[in-house]
Amino acid sequence: MEPRTTPQVGGMGHSMKRKEDPRLIRGKGNFVDDIQLPGMLYLDIVRSPFAHAKIKSINAERALKVPGVLAVITGETLAKYNLHWMPTLMSDTQMVLPTEKVMYQAQEVAGVIATDRYAAADGVEAVEVDYDPLPVVVDPFKALEPGAPVLRTDKKDKKDNRIFHWEVGDKAGTDRAFAAADVVVKQDLYIPRIHVSSIETCGCIADFDRVEGKLTVYMTTQAPHAIRTVFALVAGHVGLSEEKIRIVSPDIGGGFGGKVPVYPGYVIAVAASVVLGKPVKWIEDRMENLQADSFARDYHIKAELAAKKDGTMTALRIKTLADHGYADAAANPSKFPAGLFSICTGSYDFKNAFAEVDGVYTNKPPGGIAYRCSFRVTEAVHTIERMTDVLAQELKTDPAELRLKNFIPAEKFPYKSALGWSYDSGNYSAALKKAMEMIGYDALRKEQAERRKRGELMGIGISSFTEIVGAGPSKHFDILGIKMFDSCEIRIHPTGKAIARFGTKSQGQGHETTYAQIVAEELGIPAAHVEVEEGDTDTAPYGLGTYASRSTPVAGAAGAMAARKIRDKAKKIAAHLLEVSEDDLVWEPGKFSVKGAPQRAKTIQEIAFAAYTNHPQGMEAGLEAVSYYDPPNLTFPFGSYICVVDIDRGTGEVKIRRFVAVDDCGNIINPMIVDGQIHGGLTMGLAPALFEEISYDENGNIQGGSFMDYLLPTAMETPSWETDKTVTPSPHHPLGAKGVGESATVGAPPAIVNAVVDALSHLGVRHIDIPITPEKVWRILKDKGVAE
Amino acid sequence: MAKHKIRVTVNGTGSEAEVESRLLLVHFIRDVLRLTGTHIGCDTTHCGACTVLLDGEPVKSCTVLAVQADGREVATVEGLEQNGQLHPIQEGFWEKHGLQCGYCTPGMMMTGYALLKSNAKPSEEEIRKAISGNLCRCTGYVNIVKAVQHAAARSR
Repeated sequence: MEPRTTPQVGGMGHSMKRKEDPRLIRGKGNFVDDIQLPGMLYLDIVRSPFAHAKIKSINAERALKVPGVLAVITGETLAKYNLHWMPTLMSDTQMVLPTEKVMYQAQEVAGVIATDRYAAADGVEAVEVDYDPLPVVVDPFKALEPGAPVLRTDKKDKKDNRIFHWEVGDKAGTDRAFAAADVVVKQDLYIPRIHVSSIETCGCIADFDRVEGKLTVYMTTQAPHAIRTVFALVAGHVGLSEEKIRIVSPDIGGGFGGKVPVYPGYVIAVAASVVLGKPVKWIEDRMENLQADSFARDYHIKAELAAKKDGTMTALRIKTLADHGYADAAANPSKFPAGLFSICTGSYDFKNAFAEVDGVYTNKPPGGIAYRCSFRVTEAVHTIERMTDVLAQELKTDPAELRLKNFIPAEKFPYKSALGWSYDSGNYSAALKKAMEMIGYDALRKEQAERRKRGELMGIGISSFTEIVGAGPSKHFDILGIKMFDSCEIRIHPTGKAIARFGTKSQGQGHETTYAQIVAEELGIPAAHVEVEEGDTDTAPYGLGTYASRSTPVAGAAGAMAARKIRDKAKKIAAHLLEVSEDDLVWEPGKFSVKGAPQRAKTIQEIAFAAYTNHPQGMEAGLEAVSYYDPPNLTFPFGSYICVVDIDRGTGEVKIRRFVAVDDCGNIINPMIVDGQIHGGLTMGLAPALFEEISYDENGNIQGGSFMDYLLPTAMETPSWETDKTVTPSPHHPLGAKGVGESATVGAPPAIVNAVVDALSHLGVRHIDIPITPEKVWRILKDKGVAE
Repeated sequence: MAKHKIRVTVNGTGSEAEVESRLLLVHFIRDVLRLTGTHIGCDTTHCGACTVLLDGEPVKSCTVLAVQADGREVATVEGLEQNGQLHPIQEGFWEKHGLQCGYCTPGMMMTGYALLKSNAKPSEEEIRKAISGNLCRCTGYVNIVKAVQHAAARSR
């Protein structure tokens, strides 16, 4: 799409430099830990060394003698106000601080408040807790066995560890299709626990003003308005009323889903501030962040795919066990306990599908949040893209050919999937063919054959994913009952400049730039003259926040709709100024002119001035609008990725030689930012594919609880990503845009795994679970007798 | 806890303070001097968000005690801009979209700055190696490499 505006205006399609960068490159950003309030105190947290234990006693006597320590808050303290438990976003409950027992290692046990962070840490060391260890449930399969210890003893009627059973699709029809299939392939896949590890950890400053009765919380949250309402609902009974709560999300150092939940630390800080009447800062350290914050994934998947002899896919059947830890603290829309896992039919034209997911409690931190992915889409895409390759291997077919044969054809959109989604638009074969051309697919296959003759291990892997983002239509999507609309309020100042406020919150996505570009596109006011503000609940319109790639699809659409309301009013003012009928006016970005007399025109700036100085009689002065946008459907970005790997037969190391990503996110607002989002997403796809995993030993001790052994990819392991695009606009989004922040995280892992398995397929290897570490590969090579 | 009088020159300005033995340099910079551009991202010296220059060498200031900086020169992100002119490394990050959330950026820029001091024309491999002690979760490093290359070209 050619830009409709000039680079000076900077509407859609311009790679405008980011408006947020001048402060960030000068070290003048304003992150939570940068804020220092007068008289501020510090909270540090005592954490459990046990995964499951009764608390016999907590003795704070010694801690209270530590110089600088002012208070120690325990579950008993909070229980007096009935604040020791809180709801999760999935309507489960979790402890703020325990009164009876701890349920995972590193769980919060007590909060120490002190005059500085060192004194608070000294206080934590001095708190004495006496534990009585209980049997630990680590394995989610064992958690469901009869006789397994019931973990949630706080729930009176709970007799087992099952959280939910959820299913979707036509079971009988799918079973029939399997019975009639020529070929059935089956594969178990484990998608391990991982952690988003944004480089900034979580934290807050709770500042309760006793005189005004007002609580201000500066916090690392992706969803400030939802948090405000949760606080009001949880603490309403102790007098915290929603108009007296202000949540401020300042600059956020990456979120990726990890900054959606309410963590106990936030609540303890709030309680401490209310009790002590002083601002209280809590900043978790990295180990706390890795060990106690919500986790992603942890899906044990059994997948089956049925097909005809000629490779036509006919049915998909999936059974999944989801390890949620001790509480279902996922941040899914409430009607979707397994998120949008039902996108698992992917890019293929399945007639039949059935999926079921069982959620289970274990002695691990609450989990089930996203890792830069829209509610379990990564798990779904990994399954279908792996299964496609498993089928190709079974049929001895080229995986690209098998995909091209089974893609939903471009002419079938909008397409109703077997599991009920209505895909808005797509052209899957165009994206795959482009990727194949970019990487030279046919030549690579020839090279691979030659290398194999020489005993070299080279693989080519494809992933042709379909994303599902932009939650969501109010009919189906809510969090704790609040519908998942989003919002924008635009005010045009008399001199033609604007402020636009949104219900979302950027954590690096560049909203200050792209939202300004949306306003520029719709009103012709230069993006440089549009101030974008988010994250302060006292000023921004209510919205559900930024996660699940929903900012552009929902809030971005609200921005366009609010701007269009302003344009409607501007048209009336222009007609008044030009003394013509509205029907005689034509719009081009930045001005209305009279049909047939283009020299008779009023710019948006002239109209804005008139809105305050010379507005028509009978019309209200001013030029502003609010839009609460309820999307009619989700958007379905897609793409095809191809990865080439070489495997070292001596060490088992996987080296990514090339990685080509062709993405289609519909119409693009800022190509530079889209490219950056894809680079980052690909790297967060590489990470779990090859490096990241958080596991537990049989006692529930976390393995991978610091950056010593939880391996984020550095610049050395990360390949130089090659990106390109196709553009298939969304037919229902006002700008034709779809959202892009998570496509690559979702699409990349199976491309990498498929490449590694492809490199080893002639040895009889069909599947490897992620992360594909050198050790795992080396063991396979040794087993197959090809290790050097 | 014993206290020590230290004198540290930060971005060319001398500062005196009395600090506890255990005070980390990063907390001295952030909490005492209130230069909050230097960030903290881990506690095991892996992420590099706290990278500053100590006598011209990049160090992770979460693993240096404030007392170790006594009598020495520290350079932080706030010192990069001179007389209202962005340093080429800052320009590079802005121009090439080398940052997203901006949290790792100050440390990343200080590492890039130090690299260019010792190697005016680094290859992509050399840049990647130099920044491998600085983690970024947003950018996938591609544009950070381009940002450093841009700065190298501008500095010549």
